[in-house]
Amino acid sequence: MERGMVTGNYAAAYGVKYARAEVIPVYPITPQTSLMEKIIEFINNGELNAEFVPVESEHTAMAVAIAAEAMGARSFTASSAQGLVYMHEMLFVASGMRLPIVMCIVNRSIGAPNSLLGDLQDSLDIRDASWIQLYAENAQEIMDMVIQAYKIAEDKRVLLPVAICYEGIIISHCMEPVTFLDQQKVNQFLSDYCPDHVLLDPERPTHVQAILTDDAYYMEYKYQQQVAMENAKLVIQEVDQNFENIFGRRYGGLLEAFGTEDAEVVLLTLGSISSTARRVVRDLREKGILIGFVKLRSFRPFPREVLQSLLARLKGVAVIERDASIGSGGVIYTELSSALYMNEPKPKIINYIVGLGGREVTYEALKVLAEKTLWMVKTETTVRPIQWIGVRGLS
Amino acid sequence: MRALAERLPREEFFRSGHPLCPGCPGGTLWRLTGKVLGKNSICTVSASCLALPSHVYPSALTTPSLYLSMSTAPAGITGVSAALKVLKRKGRLKTYEPIHIYAISGDGSAADIGMACLSGAAERNDDGIFICFDNEAYMNTGIQRSSCTPLGSWTTSTLKGKTEKKKDLPEIMVAHHIPYVATASMAFPEDYVKKLEKGRDMGCGFKYIHVHSPCPTGWRFPERKTIEVSRLAVECGLWILYEVIYDQYQITYRPKVRRPVEDYLKTQGRFAHLTREDMEKIQRQVEERWQALE
Repeated sequence: MERGMVTGNYAAAYGVKYARAEVIPVYPITPQTSLMEKIIEFINNGELNAEFVPVESEHTAMAVAIAAEAMGARSFTASSAQGLVYMHEMLFVASGMRLPIVMCIVNRSIGAPNSLLGDLQDSLDIRDASWIQLYAENAQEIMDMVIQAYKIAEDKRVLLPVAICYEGIIISHCMEPVTFLDQQKVNQFLSDYCPDHVLLDPERPTHVQAILTDDAYYMEYKYQQQVAMENAKLVIQEVDQNFENIFGRRYGGLLEAFGTEDAEVVLLTLGSISSTARRVVRDLREKGILIGFVKLRSFRPFPREVLQSLLARLKGVAVIERDASIGSGGVIYTELSSALYMNEPKPKIINYIVGLGGREVTYEALKVLAEKTLWMVKTETTVRPIQWIGVRGLS
Repeated sequence: MRALAERLPREEFFRSGHPLCPGCPGGTLWRLTGKVLGKNSICTVSASCLALPSHVYPSALTTPSLYLSMSTAPAGITGVSAALKVLKRKGRLKTYEPIHIYAISGDGSAADIGMACLSGAAERNDDGIFICFDNEAYMNTGIQRSSCTPLGSWTTSTLKGKTEKKKDLPEIMVAHHIPYVATASMAFPEDYVKKLEKGRDMGCGFKYIHVHSPCPTGWRFPERKTIEVSRLAVECGLWILYEVIYDQYQITYRPKVRRPVEDYLKTQGRFAHLTREDMEKIQRQVEERWQALE
């Protein structure tokens, strides 16, 4: 297959083209904008048969995506940081209506203070919106995951919206080599969107998004979403396997791991840090150090069971993440701690909060964190479980 | 009225037994709208009094509708019309009949929280009819002032009367240079039906109809007087019935003798505290408005 150099955002736009999205309302925001521009280019030169809607806000972008999806058209949108937060209300409507919309979240720090660079605060802020959240680390993965996302979202066992998240600038604006996909094969993998029932159909009138004025069935709706999210754990893995059968590469479904079978300590991270952390772990393992690597791909659904079976036996887990829930710890750390709490034995979990506002997380820095964790485990030293790394003025 | 009854289809698209307050003109509005736009219509509704009959089970509306949020009814028009375009191109649409897209929204969602959304859909000239049900306050949450509440009116958030003028939303819509803008009143059903038909038959583009909707609950008048109060608003010249086709104004009803605004204001408890000076001020504004429009 043809290879070429594209940025993360262009890779996402190719994914959208391959997936034949039909209604695409997007509002410009750095660092997402070049993704939107590339899609408009595809529509203009006839490569993509879709309606681009130049909406006046992200809130409207999601509302338009919802209305179009309810008409039976495959919708796509994308946003970052402030835009995603502005869209917040409609995110719950999309998932509550069980519409398989796909969105790219080009991660960026939320102001104030304003930063154009990436961290995961924005997508983790929408944790409870009942959206499936998958994190990608490079252009190829983004391209492939946009297509996988529709397959996951539109699966009848799931029917939930999916967000493909990747860090702004670091991934969105870096050129990387990718292998383009064969449209025929994509069509074979992902068929046209023809839902069993279109929600807004004059032949079959329904009143979509009921207003429940009493106890009615609200709780049952929410329970069904919970079941769908549980089902998604299986579907994400199936779709990844299916993708490999056709395209010859896979990503591991809910997470990617290596070295966990003999490791004492594991570095667990997500997004762009994964690439660097993987290298660090490989190099340390070559020196005979018992360390493993986990890249969390799916944050919602959170792969509790897989993580329990992979990590319970270990002595230590270093959770390295580009986010912080101020007043608590890193979001992934909190989730992981809760997942492993009931296990006996269980590893010590150390949370390293790094790279907020897009601050660089280098190979050397990760290596120091790995060694620090190994030392802590070896000497059975008790340390502060949540540590902010690389803050100026802090030793 | 008889001519109208004979002209419109007998088929009903809005059932009785809805949860609107007694005396609400919303029932008439839905009913007439259903008859004009027919079975092949899709409605998007914003959070408002009129979201209740369509979206509280069992729905009174027999055509499909989508409730999105407080502010996004215009985005519903955008999304549905964009989907229709692409599905038509791809041959995935089941019907060959035209599908009429319309939105129904209160004055608060149209003029306040959803102003940007409405302006966006109008500026993009998306295909649909937007109907603003203007009962001049947030009635569904219990009578709080909106930007469409008129000068002097009591609400639960303007206890001494609103000190600011009513936002002139139809004029703001005219400034978008869309194909059609009109004002209407349920006391003039023939006029409303004609305007809605015009909007329906114009084809592409964004059409806007602003319906003055007296609210017995919030305006403090007996529920049997809704049509009387609606009519008085027009006869006193406070609510002017007009239409604007591609920036061309046309007044569609001209009271033979314009009655003093006092006749209208004294029918409602919300204006009970107004002084003679207040009423004179309102009267002057009415004169100025007519002059400007003529």
